[in-house]
Amino acid sequence: MTLTESPVPPPRADRRLSTSKAMVEAIALEMDRDDAVIYLGEDVGAYGGIFSSTTGLLERFGKDRVIDTPISETAFVGLGIGAATEGLRPIVELMFADFMGVTLDQIYNHMAKIHYFSGGNVKVPMALTTAVGGGYSDGGQHSQCLWGTFAHLPGMKVVVPATPADAKGLMTSAIRDDSPVVYMFHKGIMGLPWMAKNRRSIDVVPEGEHLVPIGRANVVHEGSDITVVTLSLSVHHALDVAEKLAGEGIGVEVLDLRSLVPLDREAILTSVGKTGRLVVVDEDYLSYGLSGEVVATVVEHDPTMLKAVQRLAMPDVPIPYAHDLEYAVLPRQDKIEAAVRRALG
Amino acid sequence: MSTSLSAAAPVPETTDSGSAGSHLPDEVRLSLYETMVLSRTFEEAILREYHADKGPGFDIGKGLVPGEMHLSAGQEPVAAGVCAHLTTDDAVTATHRPHHFAVAHGVDLRKMTAEIFGRETGLGRGRGGHMHLFDPDTHFSCSGIIAEGYPPALGMAFAFRRRGTDRIAVAVTGEGAANQGAFHESLNLAALWRLPVVFVVEDNEWGISVARTASTAVASNADRAAGYGIPGVRVEDNDVEAVHAEAAKAVARARAGEGPSLIEVATLRMWGHFEGDAQGYRPELDSVAGLDPIPRYEQRLREAGVLDDAVVARVKESASARVEDAVAFAKSSPTPDPTDVMTYVFAEGAAR
Repeated sequence: MTLTESPVPPPRADRRLSTSKAMVEAIALEMDRDDAVIYLGEDVGAYGGIFSSTTGLLERFGKDRVIDTPISETAFVGLGIGAATEGLRPIVELMFADFMGVTLDQIYNHMAKIHYFSGGNVKVPMALTTAVGGGYSDGGQHSQCLWGTFAHLPGMKVVVPATPADAKGLMTSAIRDDSPVVYMFHKGIMGLPWMAKNRRSIDVVPEGEHLVPIGRANVVHEGSDITVVTLSLSVHHALDVAEKLAGEGIGVEVLDLRSLVPLDREAILTSVGKTGRLVVVDEDYLSYGLSGEVVATVVEHDPTMLKAVQRLAMPDVPIPYAHDLEYAVLPRQDKIEAAVRRALG
Repeated sequence: MSTSLSAAAPVPETTDSGSAGSHLPDEVRLSLYETMVLSRTFEEAILREYHADKGPGFDIGKGLVPGEMHLSAGQEPVAAGVCAHLTTDDAVTATHRPHHFAVAHGVDLRKMTAEIFGRETGLGRGRGGHMHLFDPDTHFSCSGIIAEGYPPALGMAFAFRRRGTDRIAVAVTGEGAANQGAFHESLNLAALWRLPVVFVVEDNEWGISVARTASTAVASNADRAAGYGIPGVRVEDNDVEAVHAEAAKAVARARAGEGPSLIEVATLRMWGHFEGDAQGYRPELDSVAGLDPIPRYEQRLREAGVLDDAVVARVKESASARVEDAVAFAKSSPTPDPTDVMTYVFAEGAAR
């Protein structure tokens, strides 16, 4: 290529971004739009976020709005809460969801309850972002998803994007929501250069303002034989399986939940009503978790809808370190395919 | 009063005389007295209503005012002395024992009482209760979790400063909370960012039933301020004017953008940790009544000619009228509709 052959920008409809760049684009647009939006957390400034959640924001918006905090989650999550009750719209990053324990009181006793306790008089328009998921031998304190825990505790919305476009659209919605929203991004879909990339972690992202409503699931692959309900990185694994089984004439419908709270129960019932067979794939723990909630949603509505059901989630074990052990528990393509085949009988 | 000051920090001028505050104008002294009397009158009414229908026996969940009840009688000098320097544009985050700070900060008595009675007209429409009072009109809030009201105060202060105002946040805990991580994280972060916060520690000597000497390794939590490079001062004698004097410095420092300060006040929990607490763990309980700061201050003001029988009667009658009006309002207010119980979990319909 010569200098005179400068690359032509791709047409809008084909513009492709990594998930992390899509996230950052949403944050930047909202910071441009509303100076009440600030971002704070550990290593979100010059470093740009350990998982590239804030790359370039410091340079663009300055250290008064993109703020490195001490390693002090209770203090800075609580600071975000107080700032939100006084009219700012903070985005607070908890580096790993696994760290929720050190600040859980601020999250579930304060962030999530103030609006209710105040009878609607005090709003907490705050987004709590956090990285989830394993698959790279980071061990059991840095690989959990834990979205079931956040979703179990009332008062916070919980969103989990799977695609770059949803990462942008859900981030925009999270920032504009007057309720606290927990925004959980999987490291395996961020498109990071130093981690095995899912091939779909770079994809088309709409330019300009883009909102994805919180609480609406998305059919990402249509099929009439069986429904796979899932979210986050597992959506991509399920799509791989759906594409493979399509070659065998098996129609797998893949439903990306996108939000745990609110949960789009109607979309679940619609899809299962069509297929009659359900597989739930969840990278969070099995017992008392999302997979049980999804199955219960169907059974409570009409138990005769289900001809077969399978749950595939992390077994109730601390996530192991050694590669082979970790992959023995992660719900990846091989296990999803096997679960689908079991459900198909 | 004696003071214990951080050596490491830029410390404002200190007062080390027992006569601190004695140069206050009469109207300020009278106002401090009125605030303390109003708070006590309020709590006496709550106490009366709380126990009115708990029997036979004592059923904590029964009556017009159900649940745990933590009263702050004896600690009024702290709230009165600090809040005298605040306007309702400033924020206060209080503890599970919040009434004296709420009264002193000007929270609407009717709405607060209605909330304590669990009524739809309450601050939180009956969703919060006495440990979870939130009043956006006065930027008052409190938390039932020890020390965890400190971090949100940082955020309020952060928001005030970012808006270019000189508004401040006052964060209150008890002395037992000073051993919690949130306390230390908050002091560090507020000091690091020079946030306009005044940290107040009410040392009533008891973390429920555990004495301060059995919970806290240092004699004064004010000394802990030195660990974060901020001024720390301990007011020893539950003296409202001494609190007023120290709070004046801390508030001025915060408003001037010079950062946070810590004030610990040796105060007095006159009654139990909660109503129903027989306080078997507490020696010399008989002497507590004699330490009541309100009669002490009243006597002092009488001797100074600020008060006489007529003024005292007027102050008490006025407080009683306001409190009984609030109680009547609460009692006559509707209870929340149980079919409405899921409302306010989220703020729907208001997203920008």
